[in-house]
Amino acid sequence: MQLTADTVRARVRGTLLERVGDTPLLPLRRIGAGLRGELWAKLESANPGGSVKDRAGLWMVIAAEEAGHIAEGSVLLDATSGNTGVALALVSAVRGHRLTLVMPDRVSLERKRIARAFGAELVLSDPLEGTDGAIREAQRLAASDPRYVYLDQYSNPANPLAHELTTGPEIWMQTGGAVAQFVAGVGTSGTIVGVSRALRPKGVRIVAVQPDDALHGIEGWKHMPTAIRPPIWDERVADVHMTMGTDEAIVMTRRLAKEEGIFAGPSGGAAVAAALKVAREGTGRIVVLIADGGERYLSTPLWE
Amino acid sequence: MTVTVRLPGALRDATGGQTKVEANGRTLADVITDIDRRHPGFRGRVLDESGRIRTYVNVYIGEDDARSKGGTDAPVPEGSEVMVIPAMAGGA
Repeated sequence: MQLTADTVRARVRGTLLERVGDTPLLPLRRIGAGLRGELWAKLESANPGGSVKDRAGLWMVIAAEEAGHIAEGSVLLDATSGNTGVALALVSAVRGHRLTLVMPDRVSLERKRIARAFGAELVLSDPLEGTDGAIREAQRLAASDPRYVYLDQYSNPANPLAHELTTGPEIWMQTGGAVAQFVAGVGTSGTIVGVSRALRPKGVRIVAVQPDDALHGIEGWKHMPTAIRPPIWDERVADVHMTMGTDEAIVMTRRLAKEEGIFAGPSGGAAVAAALKVAREGTGRIVVLIADGGERYLSTPLWE
Repeated sequence: MTVTVRLPGALRDATGGQTKVEANGRTLADVITDIDRRHPGFRGRVLDESGRIRTYVNVYIGEDDARSKGGTDAPVPEGSEVMVIPAMAGGA
């Protein structure tokens, strides 16, 4: 049976996980000044685990519980470069589950340390193979030991479902239905696929953004032409596909901090830079999703 | 001096599909320039316009992060292994 928002809410009542979602929607008054469209940002760093991934992390774990997949001795497993790992580690700590995460070695330190702090066990995969190498290692582990419950954020329907039943409806409520366009990056694609299912039938134009190069600095985003394609991804969910360069993303990430007081990660800057282009042409309210905060990148050269 | 340079899958298109190349040079800048001679465009993928290592790329010389050893001026000892890796990972 498909999970509902009521079921998830009921399962986490009285815990920190109750605070996942219902994130703020704020106008970008300076960066958005003088544009035809009105720019609004959905601030996902306000989730308890600090990123949009709390939504998918929570829903994937509750879905596994509801389906009876988690037994005595089970170990939850996923491949993640970071934010999903932090989200799953937080959710697992609260729900009392064991968790193993496969991450590419030598990616930024913060997520590894946070995930470990929540009690997750880390398996580090070949840094040269990036996220795709982590996925292959997680698949190998899942096949080798029946105790693993492989959540697989790239193909788990609970990932887009979380956005279809929470992120999308929140945006609709917060704007009173006055939202013309939604702009977000594509990583697992859970956000854009789920929000599209919720808002496109109501006439909202969906804009999906990808990095412009296989080697890029937009953490969490995928360059689809060269990456393992997530099974949940479907190009048809978006009306418009854009690409964004890392340099432009970083400039906007820094502007967000200085001009709007929003300390975002590079994917937030990338999404806002894309939304700015959309708002130069389009009218009405344009909602852009900022996936995480800048704190996660303090050990990288982003803020030097 | 000859060194081995290991490259991420994301740079395969810049080196004709290779993820391991041999190169010559005394410093990291020399090594990158040497690869760029054979694979034009490689330099720009790893270094920015001012010649610094791109913010989203990490370069290791043996176990050392090149940034902590002088960036592109970092010495590359004979026989060492240089590894270029994405600092960020895609798909969260």
